[in-house]
Formats: sequence, C-alpha cells, structure tokens
Amino acid sequence: MRHIRRAQAAAVALVLAAALAACGDAGDDDDSGTDVDVAEGAADDFDDGTRMKELADSGKVVIGVKFDQPGIGFKGATDSMPQGLDPEIGKILAADLGIAPEDITWKETISDNREPFIQGGQVDLVIASYSITDERRAVVGQAGPYYVTGQQLLVRSDSDIDSLDDVKGTEVCSVTGSTSLENIEAEGAKPRGFDTYSECVDQVLNGTVDAMTTDGAILLGYAAQNPDQLKVVVEPFSEERYGVGYSLDHPEMCEWITDTIEDAYEDGAWAAAFEATLGQSGVDTPEPPAMDECPAD
Amino acid sequence: MDDMLENWDLVLQAFWLTIQLAVLSGLCSLVLGTVLAAMRVGPIALLRGVATTYVTLVRNTPLLIVFIFVFVAAPNLGWFVSTPFLVKGVIAVSVYTSAFVCEAIRSGVNAVQLGQAEAARAIGLTFAQTMSAVVLPQAFRAVVPPMASVLIAMTKNTSIAAVFGLMELTGRMRYFTNNSADDTAIFLVFAALYIVLVEAISAGAIGLERRWRVAR
Repeated sequence: MRHIRRAQAAAVALVLAAALAACGDAGDDDDSGTDVDVAEGAADDFDDGTRMKELADSGKVVIGVKFDQPGIGFKGATDSMPQGLDPEIGKILAADLGIAPEDITWKETISDNREPFIQGGQVDLVIASYSITDERRAVVGQAGPYYVTGQQLLVRSDSDIDSLDDVKGTEVCSVTGSTSLENIEAEGAKPRGFDTYSECVDQVLNGTVDAMTTDGAILLGYAAQNPDQLKVVVEPFSEERYGVGYSLDHPEMCEWITDTIEDAYEDGAWAAAFEATLGQSGVDTPEPPAMDECPAD
Repeated sequence: MDDMLENWDLVLQAFWLTIQLAVLSGLCSLVLGTVLAAMRVGPIALLRGVATTYVTLVRNTPLLIVFIFVFVAAPNLGWFVSTPFLVKGVIAVSVYTSAFVCEAIRSGVNAVQLGQAEAARAIGLTFAQTMSAVVLPQAFRAVVPPMASVLIAMTKNTSIAAVFGLMELTGRMRYFTNNSADDTAIFLVFAALYIVLVEAISAGAIGLERRWRVAR
C-alpha cells in the first residue's frame, strides 16, 4: 500500500505542478473584457425554424474557444470565463440572440477537434483562431473573417533567427496536425508537433527547440507575457483569416454571423473587443477586415 | 487521399520513425526489464526493493505522464535539453515498458520449478550462472506469449510521441487529416501500417514458440 500511495502522490504532484505552471502565467485574471448590450426579446427578430430562433428561445448557446492562447482565447484554471478576442466575438454574437455572457457555455476546442465538435453538435459555434480554408469549408461553415493575421516565429530574445531563411534545419515547434507546422516544414525546418501552444512556449523557453510558429496574434500574446525572454520575428509569411465556425446543417447562420459582426464593426464593439484583448500587447487596432459573402443556399 | 499518395515519401519516413521508436524501445525495455526481473527474484534485499519500487511507481503512472516528465518537466529543470527527440522518445517508452517486461519475465521465472534452481546451486553454480544458464532460458519460453502482448502494446503506445515533437505515423496521419475532408481512407492506410508492425511481432512470437517447442 505504501508504494501505491507514494506513486499516487507523485502523480498528483506532477499533475498539480503542470496545472500550476499552466495557470501561473495567466496575466490579469479578473474578468476584464468588455460589456455587451444584450438584445431584449431577440427571439422575435428571427424567423421560425432557424437555428438562431432555437438558440434565442432556449436562452443558451455553446461556443467552442481556445483556452491556451493569451489574447485570443485563454482561460486559467481559476477563471470563470475565457478571455480574449474570440470570446469577445462570442459575447457579441450571443448578445444579439438575447443571451447574456454568463449564460454562454464555453467549451475548450483544440485545433484537431473543431470540425468534429461542430459536426457532432457539441458546440453551436466555434470561435477559436479558426483560419478559413477551402478544405474546412467543405465540411463545416465558416463565416468571416473577423480578424486577419499571419504566421510568424516566436524565438528567445538571444536567438539568431532573423529571417525565414534562418529556419532551415532548425527545430520549430507548433501544434501537431496544424497548418502552421505544415508551412514551416515546407520552409525546411524540422517540425516538432506538440499538443498545445503553451507546451511549445515551454520548449522555446527551456531551449529544447529553436522557435515556435503559428499566427502572429497568438505569438504576440505569449511574447507580452515574457517580454524579457521572448520576441516575435519575421514578417508574416502566410495569411490567416479567422472565421466563425458553424454547422452546415444550419446554413442560415452565416448571414446572421456576418451581419452581427458587421454591426459590431460600425458601432465600435469590435474595436473595443480588440483593444481589451490583443490590443493589450501594444499593437494598434487595425482596420476590421471585409467579411466574405455567404455561400448561396 | 491524393495528397497522401503524392507525399508517400512522408508516410514512409513516418513509418520508419515508428519502426525506429518501436525497435529501439523494444530492445531497451527487454534489457532493462530482464535486469529488473533478475533484481526482483535475486537474493539481495536492497536490489529487490529498488526493482519493486520501480515497477510499482512506473506501472501506476500513465504513459502520458511519463512523456510529459521526459519532454516537458525535465527540460524545464535543465535535463535532456539538447538530447535528440528520438532518444527522449525511446527513454519515455522504455522506462514505461520495462516495468511490464520485468513482470512478464518474473512470472516466467516463477513458473520454473524451484528444484531447478536448487539443483543448479547444488552443483556449485553462482546466482548469475543459475539465472543465465538454467532459470532464464526456461523462463523465456514461458513468457513468449505475454511478452508479445507487451511489445505489441508498446508499438501502439509509441503513437503518443506524435504530440511530443516526433513526426511518426500518428503525427503524420494528423498532418494529412488536417487538410482532408475524407479522413476515413487516411485512417485506414495508417491503421494498416500499424497492423503490419503488430503482425510482424506476432509472427516473430509464433516462430519463437515453435522453435523452442522443438528444442524442448
């Protein structure tokens, strides 16, 4: 018995240490974010039989976001709500359905399970640094883009990597199965796939890999957490257009998402959401990108 | 699917990496597991205690945690920072698998009648000689079927390395499924490659059983 307890204690200690390490860097952890105007009687605004009507009637919506990307979508172990641009967009969309932020169910989605979660109905919307691609649009709906960024590199402050040519033969970390990892492999780097971006940041900080790569917006968030040890380098070498994922079973959601976000462009809610999240790393608020047309039914 | 066929060399590279992981980890686990088993059945109390503690600790730890320790926790403490990823993968898989190898061999040792060891000691063999010349050769025969199971499980366990920087079969599969709407064909191809490996181990085990049966 004694051995078993010891082993369990060791395992628990390890898990706790990992959890602590994960949330230690949470940054400002009070529920900052912006306030949204929740539409009253919103259910009447939608036609019967639409998914929006169903959601507005039920008063609940499940939104998939990232939990490990500071500035984009981040939830520390003790936070009640995720923080970041993606959850802010989620709050704006839910408010249009008459659903208050506290009635939103936030579900963590990782890069690999976004399509299955949409297709299986585990989430109603995915707003999780979800780049719009033709391949993805073949299996799920993607409305947007509500933000445009590009792939860059995050390196240690003392790193010699300065241009994209320098990555040849170096070890570069990203998430297994992500497009970023594919792109950097095409540039001649040795791809090192991990499960989450936070694990990649660890690998860069402790010197195991030379760099990590993904969308600049995500990297800026990590660099802002460790400004003395990390920096973002290289001009963006891809264009990632973040979209809102929805199920192809409900094509009517596209128009609604597009219109609601365009309204948020106009009334300043989008800019406020940006300033409260990604803007914290010191970047100027960009012009909001033009939204794609919705596919004809 | 077309994407995968056009990049078949990437699939083969990943297959080769999985084979390297499995073969190297298999060899390390067999050696370490045999040493541990000898310690556990041996006469020295301290070594018995060490081996027993090792087996208990490792068998109670999920493989994922072992990987996190080797690939994330250890480098954060400054260990294994410049160790190649393949070596770290072999370390993680071997640390885990050797505990199971040890127990499989120990069950084989226990299956050898005590009289055999006593007779060996009676004619003046040392403990090491008794083990290597009398007990273990008989024990290995008895453990071929469970050992094949351990090694098959280990081969499939190497897939955890996909999320620890190693672009082996599972990692490469996720590379292809990321861009594909037709995942089923890709899953089937990669499953078939794992089946090739597993069947090779099964065939090896059957061969050994047959050969040793004749010798007996």
